[in-house]
Amino acid sequence: MTLSLFDQFLSPVVCWIPLVAIAIILPWILFPSPTTRWLNNRSLTSQNWFLSQATSQIFLPINPPGHKWALLLSSLLIFLTTMNTAGLLPYTFTPTSQLSINMGLAGALWMGVVILGMRTQPTHSLGHLLPEGAPALLTPILVIIETISLFIRPIALGVRLTANLTAGHLLIQLTSTATLAMLTIMPVTAIFTGILLFLLALLEAAVALIQAYVFVLLLSLYLQENV
Amino acid sequence: MTPCPTMHFLFLFPSFPAATPPAPVKMADKAVPVVEKSLADVKLKELPRWLAGRDLTPNGLVRGVTGGYDWYYKKYINVKKGGIGGISMFLFGYVVISYVWSFDHIKHDRWRKYH
Repeated sequence: MTLSLFDQFLSPVVCWIPLVAIAIILPWILFPSPTTRWLNNRSLTSQNWFLSQATSQIFLPINPPGHKWALLLSSLLIFLTTMNTAGLLPYTFTPTSQLSINMGLAGALWMGVVILGMRTQPTHSLGHLLPEGAPALLTPILVIIETISLFIRPIALGVRLTANLTAGHLLIQLTSTATLAMLTIMPVTAIFTGILLFLLALLEAAVALIQAYVFVLLLSLYLQENV
Repeated sequence: MTPCPTMHFLFLFPSFPAATPPAPVKMADKAVPVVEKSLADVKLKELPRWLAGRDLTPNGLVRGVTGGYDWYYKKYINVKKGGIGGISMFLFGYVVISYVWSFDHIKHDRWRKYH
């Protein structure tokens, strides 16, 4: 039985424990809670510095009532960044390449943001369905289009992350298979493919970080509209 | 009369075992039950017996896991000049665990079958 290209996205189970469970616990282990000490160890200091920089960047444009979401969005950022980058290690499983996990995160958080907006300031939230400065004649069409774009948001959020990571992993697998296969037959082509593989791995590392940031940034933008 | 008469006796008579002082007892000679040893002192063949004797209740398992985590954290991460070694070892162990988990699936790969 030969393996198909998509078999890397299966989660193998040993002793009733799926690998996805270990991959999801990984961010919890890698980021210990801050201590009460004034000066922490290097690892904790660098993690806390990064997290405070990222959180202040994300929450700069958001009103003070929205700052209650800081803990949720910063932990989401850490969660996604760690899972994405850990998936680049050999033989590991990437939970965020699964639509189930991404849609679960995107759908729940988007719905929370929209319900918050509808409950606290319904007029303002519904007002987003008609952009400012639009001609009066286009109002019906614009409202329909904006409603569709509102409901597409969770799907877009989840599928964007899934597609980016799945495509990246597949490309890496394809390129590495090609490099290995051509190593004995056409070594020069294999060297070029190897260089391509190296560049692709760099790209995937960047994509892993950027996609996690984009996920959280978009959620913060939706929060900004509704809070 | 010689100045030290006892010395002649020592020369003439052989030394009996009772005459030599007993060897001092070293700390390593004390017998410790296997279950009470720490994991670093347990030999490989004693490992199943050590594991069976541990506290295997859910609370005991949680305490064991958190104890292991705290030991690793204090030894390699929470140190004055912690470097990349602590996290690298952990990530290497994670890769090894992932390999072990996927082996049953990977062994069917074509490249492995036709070696």
